[in-house]
Amino acid sequence: MNADLFQKKFQALKASLKKSRSVLSDGLARIARGGGDRAGTLESIEELLIGADIGVRTAGAIVEKVGSSGISLNEESVRDTIRNEIISILSGTCQPGVDLLVKPHVIMVVGVNGTGKTTTIAKLAHRYKTAGNQVLLAACDTFRAAAIEQLEIWAGRVGADVVKHKPGADAASVAYDACSAAASRGMDTVIIDTAGRLQTKKNLMDEVAKIGRVTGKVVDGAPHEVLLVLDATTGQNSISQAKAFSEVCGVTGIVMAKLDGTAKGGIVVAIAKELGIPIQFIGTGESIDDLAAFDPETFATALLGGD
Amino acid sequence: MFTEISEKLESALKRIKGHGKISEKNVTDALKDVRLALLEADVNYKVVKQFTDDVKTKALGKEVLTSITPGQLFVKIVYEELRDLMGEGAKEVALAPNPPTVIMVAGLQGSGKTTACAKLARRFSQKGKKGMLIAADIYRPAAVDQLETLGKAVPVEVYYERDEDDAVGIVERGLKAAKSKALDYVIADTAGRLHVDEKMMEELTDIRERVHPHETILVADGMTGQDAVTIAKEFSSTLGIDGVILTKMDGDERGGAALSIRAVSGAPIRYIGVGEKLDALEVFHPERMASRILGMGDVLTLVERAQETIDIKEAAKLEKKILKESFSLEDFLGQIKQIKKMGPLEDIMGMMPGFSKLKGIDLDESAMIRVEAIIRSMTSDERLAPEIIDGSRRKRIAAGSGTRVQDVNRLIKDFQQVRKLFKHVKKGNLGGMLGSFLRG
Repeated sequence: MNADLFQKKFQALKASLKKSRSVLSDGLARIARGGGDRAGTLESIEELLIGADIGVRTAGAIVEKVGSSGISLNEESVRDTIRNEIISILSGTCQPGVDLLVKPHVIMVVGVNGTGKTTTIAKLAHRYKTAGNQVLLAACDTFRAAAIEQLEIWAGRVGADVVKHKPGADAASVAYDACSAAASRGMDTVIIDTAGRLQTKKNLMDEVAKIGRVTGKVVDGAPHEVLLVLDATTGQNSISQAKAFSEVCGVTGIVMAKLDGTAKGGIVVAIAKELGIPIQFIGTGESIDDLAAFDPETFATALLGGD
Repeated sequence: MFTEISEKLESALKRIKGHGKISEKNVTDALKDVRLALLEADVNYKVVKQFTDDVKTKALGKEVLTSITPGQLFVKIVYEELRDLMGEGAKEVALAPNPPTVIMVAGLQGSGKTTACAKLARRFSQKGKKGMLIAADIYRPAAVDQLETLGKAVPVEVYYERDEDDAVGIVERGLKAAKSKALDYVIADTAGRLHVDEKMMEELTDIRERVHPHETILVADGMTGQDAVTIAKEFSSTLGIDGVILTKMDGDERGGAALSIRAVSGAPIRYIGVGEKLDALEVFHPERMASRILGMGDVLTLVERAQETIDIKEAAKLEKKILKESFSLEDFLGQIKQIKKMGPLEDIMGMMPGFSKLKGIDLDESAMIRVEAIIRSMTSDERLAPEIIDGSRRKRIAAGSGTRVQDVNRLIKDFQQVRKLFKHVKKGNLGGMLGSFLRG
């Protein structure tokens, strides 16, 4: 990546993570200044990380690294050690090999209620349109009131086509129609909007698996990507969401939405560490351009401060 | 909800419960596990610290150390502290003496405000109150359509102005319309906003200053992480919060937000959302929730729900039949219907003391559907006297219900056992009966 682009990206992310940055870096500075014994300092660091939604286990593992590294616990070396550890956790997830030659490329977007699936889809559609692709959206949230209208309004704004049925219709059949339409029109990308569902509802989870299966009957290897949208303000429940959705429909990547609001975003680290699912995009605001590709180094630096 | 936190706490407390004598070390060890359970459940770390400190101070007081059953006293302290952390008694929204009661609903994007508004309206209309929802979300595409659709489902009137970009004005005019119709309440559904977005927060304070709501409700996602305290703090300091609705509590195994939010905002949790349907809104009872978290069940809510849904005359008839031992498959079918009305099985089981661990057994709703299908494929003679169901009838019933003969066999066998078990019902053995039927 060239230096200019990196700076630009870094500034944008830093601004969106401003709060978390000040919480973590201020906290680290305070702890380092505070003196005290080594064990006490390490415990304070652990609490600070837990407070950033990094999770008890992952925070424990990171602090263990800091403790066993034998470094002196000053602000700079602690920050560097933690940052390197986070980068190595985040870089450890494998990016799936995506076959972009198959047309249409089918992306299914899943998640619990209210994480920001539809908005993320609008941003994704905008991204693909800008790259010159023809995009078709499938309105498979046939359950929530006005979900279809919401998707249509966004589609209008970004200039994508929509395939829809009536509210209450079978979601899988909408996906089937959308994939067939895209295939016959020779379009590049299909993005499937699904209804929000809590990962504990077995029948709804079965339904989302079925939607995925149905697309594979129309297009070879579909869905090529399954993106799970997580809400950055959600805590450790995100892990059980990621686990459950991976089990039923093979999540290939995560979109972390609403990262602009939360003071934290540390859950990203916990998910990478415990599940190894790659984070693909982050949502950093309400406008259509506010979707950035995820980069471990930029993220870790923005989270912890320093250069 | 709370399954995970509950399992961990239970095992931590179980270890200490049995001790005849408790040392300071026992308490410290138990509290370490308690701390971990709470942190993993997303309870804010500052709240956890305060909580464990409080429990420790009380537990190390003379009373516990000298008690004959110190372990149980310790559990009692944890229970009471949990309960107090979540508030004081049930606090529903009270309607103002001079109608209309003005309610403003605010919260983050995706927390479930619009659904919560509709659920609240449904609750009021069931009490015979007439009101209006005001669609004040001018930002999110199709937000007005969503409220309109939900309004029809409640049903309740919805006030909206399409293509108007002044939320304050919409609420003001909506309120005026409600006054002219002498309605009992209005609920303003505002746009989702981040607590760090100063400009958007200003819109809320503008609405508040213009219409002076009797009640400002913060809707928060029950799955919120450590940030729950910041959200609650920001909303309560800039806007002032009278009450909280916690949503999506049916999905969460952790629910730590319930423990953090009240502690930092001071505002009571009034309701919890426990499902996608409009009736899935429960009044929040801190003492019952504390008991659910500690795996002691929540019999009170179960009884209330049963009272709401079960036909008393039917129940009396059934009781007579059970006593006379003339309980038939027909009656059993009726019973299944009643239970289904009470809500998802997992929910019901979660409220029964000692049943929180049943989760692993996989209580499959479809098992209930299968049983229903089998009974429905029987003639009324067969339902009344299952003894007459021979081999060929079994085959026919299996074919008719789309099940296998083994399934029919098992149902009949289980039913005969239930008849026997009913003799024990008076001893409170209901759980065993349900369990034997619903193991998928």
